[in-house]
Amino acid sequence: MKKPVNYSGRRNFLKNLSLFAVGSIALSGCGSATMKEFLQKNFRTLSKKEKDDIIKDLEKKYTARYGKEFHVTDEPAADGVEFGYALDLSRCIGCRRCVYACVKENNQSRDPQIHYIQVLQMEKEKGIDFAHSDVHYNPDLVPEEGYFYVPVQCQQCRNPQCTEVCPVKATWQEPDGIVVVDYNWCIGCRYCMAACPYGARHFNWGEPHIPAEEINPETHYLGNRPRMKGVVEKCTFCLKRVRDGKYPACVEVCPVGARKFGNLLDPESEIRYILANKRVLVLKQELNTQPKFYYFFGV
Amino acid sequence: MNFLRFVNGSFKIITRGSALYYSWVTFLILLIVWGGFGYSHQLAHGLIVTHMRDSVSWAFYIGNFTFLVGVAAASVMLVIPAYVYHWKPIKEIVIFGELLAICAVIMCLCFIVVDIGSPLRFWHMLPGIGILNFPSSLLSWDFFVLNSYFILNLIIVVYLLYCHFYKKEYKVSFVVPLVLFSIPLAIGIHTVTAFLFNALPGRPFWNSALLAPRFLASAFCSGPAILLILFQILRKITKFEIKDEAIWTIAELMVYAMFIYLFFTVAELFKEFYSGTENILYWKYLLFGIGKNHEIVIYSWSSIIMGSIAFLLFLIPGTRKNFITLNIGAVLIYGSVYIEKGIALIVPGFTPDTLGQIYVYTPSITEVRTAVMIFSGGFLLFTFLSKIAIAIVFEDYSINTLNSKKSEDRVKEVPIAM
Repeated sequence: MKKPVNYSGRRNFLKNLSLFAVGSIALSGCGSATMKEFLQKNFRTLSKKEKDDIIKDLEKKYTARYGKEFHVTDEPAADGVEFGYALDLSRCIGCRRCVYACVKENNQSRDPQIHYIQVLQMEKEKGIDFAHSDVHYNPDLVPEEGYFYVPVQCQQCRNPQCTEVCPVKATWQEPDGIVVVDYNWCIGCRYCMAACPYGARHFNWGEPHIPAEEINPETHYLGNRPRMKGVVEKCTFCLKRVRDGKYPACVEVCPVGARKFGNLLDPESEIRYILANKRVLVLKQELNTQPKFYYFFGV
Repeated sequence: MNFLRFVNGSFKIITRGSALYYSWVTFLILLIVWGGFGYSHQLAHGLIVTHMRDSVSWAFYIGNFTFLVGVAAASVMLVIPAYVYHWKPIKEIVIFGELLAICAVIMCLCFIVVDIGSPLRFWHMLPGIGILNFPSSLLSWDFFVLNSYFILNLIIVVYLLYCHFYKKEYKVSFVVPLVLFSIPLAIGIHTVTAFLFNALPGRPFWNSALLAPRFLASAFCSGPAILLILFQILRKITKFEIKDEAIWTIAELMVYAMFIYLFFTVAELFKEFYSGTENILYWKYLLFGIGKNHEIVIYSWSSIIMGSIAFLLFLIPGTRKNFITLNIGAVLIYGSVYIEKGIALIVPGFTPDTLGQIYVYTPSITEVRTAVMIFSGGFLLFTFLSKIAIAIVFEDYSINTLNSKKSEDRVKEVPIAM
C-alpha cells in the first residue's frame, strides 16, 4: 500500500500534472515490479548484481511505504564465527521485555500479532514441563512466588529439522549457524512449522501491519526486512545487529542480564565460559536437534 | 480431425442426459459457486480467514488432502484382483476405479494449492524452473509420486478407452506392466504421505511406525466404499453393468481391510495408554479432551462409532449381502475415515502444541466452503469422465458411431436436446 503523496504547490495545474505523471509512472512501474518480484529466483542462486538490484528496489519500495530512509543489506556471515546463546533460568523474571524489544527490532507484525519469543511460566514444583506451562500468564507483578520462567525462541539447531523438510529450499542454515528464510522464495506450505519442535516458526496468516512510526529501517534481507502475507518467519538472533557486531535486541534489553550471546568458536568468549563452568541444558535433547541455544543456572 | 470429432462427441455426451443428471450437475455447480466465493475471500485476505494459527498450522485442508490420497491409492484394491488373479466380474470396473483415482489426485493437488500461503509461487516446486528439495524433503517425494501416479493412471485409462473407442484389442504387453507398476505406486503415494507426518520427531502423535500401515488400511476401507455406492448408482441409472458378485467381492475385501485397520488402531492405543508416557496427551485430547477443551471429542467418537457399526455390518454375511445394510455400512465407513483423516489425524498432532499450549481448532466456514468447492469440482469432473467412459464401454460410443451418425445425428438427436 502506497501512501498518497502530499503536494503543497500553489498552482493546481502543475500539481495535477505532476500527480498524473507520478501516477502513471507508478502504475506502469507497479506491473513490471510485481512481475519482477514474481519471477525472482532463490536468494542463494542470485548473482551479486541481481542481489544489488533487488536490494535497491526494496529500499525504494520500503522508503516509499513507510516514509523513512530504509537500508537493506545482505551482509554475509563472517569467517570463524558460530553464534551461540545462553539463557540464565535462575535470573529470568518473566517480564517479557525481550518479547517486545524483539518485535520492535525485527519488524514483526503488530496486527495480526507475531512474537518470536514465547515466555513460558512454569511451576517450580514440576520443573521444566511444557504440558503444565502457561504462556498467557498475566499478574500485576513478576516474578510470582513458586514459578520460574523459560523464554523459548528459535534454538538455532545444529541439526535443524525445519530446513530439511522445506520442499523448495527457502530456508537454510548460514555458515555462522543462523537459520534464515528467503521470504521471497517461501511458498507458505508451513511444513517447517510442523517440523520445528520449539514452536519457533511463525506464519503471516494475514497482511502484516506495522505502524510507520514504529518501523525499524535498518534491515537485513534475510532478517528483519518487512515481510509479506503468506510466508514463514522466525528469530534470526537479530541477523542485522549481530553481523554488525552488536548484541541481539533481546540480550541488550534484558533488565536482569539473564541473556548471554557470543561466538562459540572463540575460546575466550563469555558463552564458552558458561558452557565450560555452569550447569547447562538444552530443550528436548532427546530429539537430537542439537540447539545452540543453551539454558543454564547461573546462581 | 478424428480427435476434434471425439472432443465434440464427448462434449455432446456430457451435455445430454436425464433430468436427474441435469439436476445433479446443477447441484454440483451451485456448490462450486458457493464454495468458490468462500475461497475468493481467503485469496483476498490470506489464510487468516481459516481457523489455523501458529499452534495448529495444518488442519482441515491437509486432512482432506490425506484422505483423498487414500481414495486415490485405494483403486489398487480393485486393480490387484482384476489383473493379477483374472477375476472376471471386476475387470471392467477397474477403469472407473482409475478414473476415480485421477480425480482424487487432482483434488489432492487442489487441497495443497489452497493450503499454501503463496499459491502463485507454486512454480518454485517445479523441477527445472524452480528448486525441488529432493530427496531431503518428504513433501518433494510426495509431489513426485503423486504426479507419477496421476500420469500413469491417465495413460492407462486413456489407452484402454482409446482401444475401446477404436474397437481395437488392447496390447497386453503394454497395459499389464503399467498396471503392475501402478500397484506399488499406489501403495507408494499413501506411504509417502504417511511418512510426511511420520518423520517429524517433534510431533510424537505421528511419530509411530504404525502410521503408514494404518493409512493404507483405512484407505482400503474408504476408497472402495465410494466405488461400491457409485457402481450401484451407475447400474441403476445408466447401462453400466456390474454383477452382484463383484460388489460382494469388493465388500469382502473391505472387511479384511477394516479388521486390519481396527487391529492397528487397538495396537496403537494399547501402546500409548498402557505405557502412559507424556505423549499420551495427544490421544487424551483427541478422545477425552484436556481440561475444558472438549471440542474435538465429538469428531473422534463419531468416527469410532461409525467405523465400528460399519465393521459389524460388513462382517456379518447377512447384512453384507443385503444392499440396504451394505450401503449404510459403506456410508458409515466412508464418514468414519473422512472424519479420522480430516480432523482426528491432523489436529491432535498439533494439540497441545510443541510448547504444551492448547489452541482449540475446528474448521472455519471458509475452510468448509473451500473444501466443498474442491469436492464438488472433483465430483463434477468424475461425473463427466465416467459418463464418457460409460458411453464408450457400454453404450457403443465409438469411432464407427462418429462416422455413421455424422449425418443422422443432427436430425435425430437435436430435437431431444431441445
